[in-house]
Amino acid sequence: MREIKSHPILHFDRGGQIEFSFEGKKISAYQSETVAMALYRNGLNVFSESSKLHRPRGMFCAIGKCSSCMMRVNGVPNVCTCILPVREGMQVERQFGLGEKPSGVVHFPPPVERKETVTIIGGGPAGLSAAIVFAENGVKPLVIEQNPSLGGQLIKQTHKFFGSKNEGAGIRGIKIAEEMIQKVKKLEIPTLTRSSAFGFYPETGTLGVFKENQYIKVHSDYYLFATGAAERMIPFEGNDLPGVFGAGAAQTMMNIFGIRPGNRVLMVGAGNVGLIISYQLLQAGVEVAGVVEAAPRIGGYFVHAAKLRRFGVPIITSTTIKRAIGATRVEKAVIVSLDDKFNEIPNSEKEWDVDTVCLSTGLIPSVTLLAQAGCKMKYSPYLSGYVPIRNKNLMTTKENIFIAGDVSGVEEASTAILEGKLAAYSILKKMGKNTDVQIDETRRELEKLRSGPFGVKILKGLQEVQYE
Amino acid sequence: MNDKDIIICRCEDVTLADIKEAIKEGYTDMESLKRHLQIGTGPCQGKTCIPLTEKILARELKKSVEDVGIVTARPPESPIPFGIFLKGDKKNGK
Repeated sequence: MREIKSHPILHFDRGGQIEFSFEGKKISAYQSETVAMALYRNGLNVFSESSKLHRPRGMFCAIGKCSSCMMRVNGVPNVCTCILPVREGMQVERQFGLGEKPSGVVHFPPPVERKETVTIIGGGPAGLSAAIVFAENGVKPLVIEQNPSLGGQLIKQTHKFFGSKNEGAGIRGIKIAEEMIQKVKKLEIPTLTRSSAFGFYPETGTLGVFKENQYIKVHSDYYLFATGAAERMIPFEGNDLPGVFGAGAAQTMMNIFGIRPGNRVLMVGAGNVGLIISYQLLQAGVEVAGVVEAAPRIGGYFVHAAKLRRFGVPIITSTTIKRAIGATRVEKAVIVSLDDKFNEIPNSEKEWDVDTVCLSTGLIPSVTLLAQAGCKMKYSPYLSGYVPIRNKNLMTTKENIFIAGDVSGVEEASTAILEGKLAAYSILKKMGKNTDVQIDETRRELEKLRSGPFGVKILKGLQEVQYE
Repeated sequence: MNDKDIIICRCEDVTLADIKEAIKEGYTDMESLKRHLQIGTGPCQGKTCIPLTEKILARELKKSVEDVGIVTARPPESPIPFGIFLKGDKKNGK
């Protein structure tokens, strides 16, 4: 129904077909799909009904960070279906409210204890580049990833990267991810995918991990948190209506799973993410009605905006979304003009016929586990929210806890790759290896990447959160 | 603007109207708001609503985000079955 049949860049290896049950109906799914994707591809919009106001809810973030796609699976409520791979014969139901207790008694095996030297939480660009540095220096780290596959958000970046050659400038993100994943395999780095690191217990220095009914207690000498970021929601009427997606979710659907998020899209936010994903929507055969941006000017690079304009997609500044309208799915969206103080201009509303609203209104660093660990935090709007205070080598206020990538402040994949390397060299140094040269070199490369106009903001932010 | 139709916390169904009302009632720091409205206590553990509420509260009180306080983060940060913490089922000798 919503399957992308042909794509100018991507070829989808969907795997064989299997069947599972959705409320007694047979649903056919591809082996490579997650439950939410199979249901969405088959036309389902409403995944659950909210607890108190009984509002319809659909998928929102599609990377296991929010709660919008939670359903009852094999009798267990509150299962994040967007990151749950399909299995033959699964029983899936919509969830009403916070969910009923599981039907029947579920037995869990006793916890497994793991002793590690280095544990990396997050298998995206930062985590994988760190893992590779460790392995090349004789230390096998454990990589924990919540999603079914490694690569983080890089596996859906079909555009070519800017920046320095070492971090893959001129190469498509998907290709960079592929190369990194291959290297991780070749170096035989142990990885746990589909594994949620759900808690850090500072009293014992233990990380709690849950993988397919198994509780794993990880005790590690060093921890590197590369947990990335989550989509930022904005307040507007009907902001929880199915069909309102984080822009990253739209990208996951179309570029990983080959599914069209909708037929006609309103993109909110004209930063690089909004512009790039709008273009990728066009490539996936989706109509983009327009891009609205609350600020008086386009935030992203000129080239990305120009590409969109060539396709006749309007980019409207000083404008935002006011309301999403629809019964069980977006049917219309109302946009409104803003004055220079971001106040709505009366009677400037316009109604657009769209079935999808994508929010590219920024990301928030995923710092919860670090807060649990007791790392000191500081708020920096330049880095997109609360981030851990750290030294120049990415060590937090806890001696054995390091950070890299978006969790340390939202930037780009290229800086995440470098931060991953820097954190790895810093930990290796703590372990007694001489990595001073590599640390200096990586820091210089980071400085180079941040020397452009987009780095100004980041450098300001770093001044607020770096100690030493 | 209809604040009752703007969802801030999806898990616990808290609207912008609820938050503004609570602030008027005197819940003027993040921890109190969390306890009063249950924001951030649902299955997603505040990944969407906490940053949003911080901004709303700061704007309403004309303070900076850092001055409205933070909430304590506790495990689990993602949904897991609590059964995994049990020692085992004695009846079945497991």
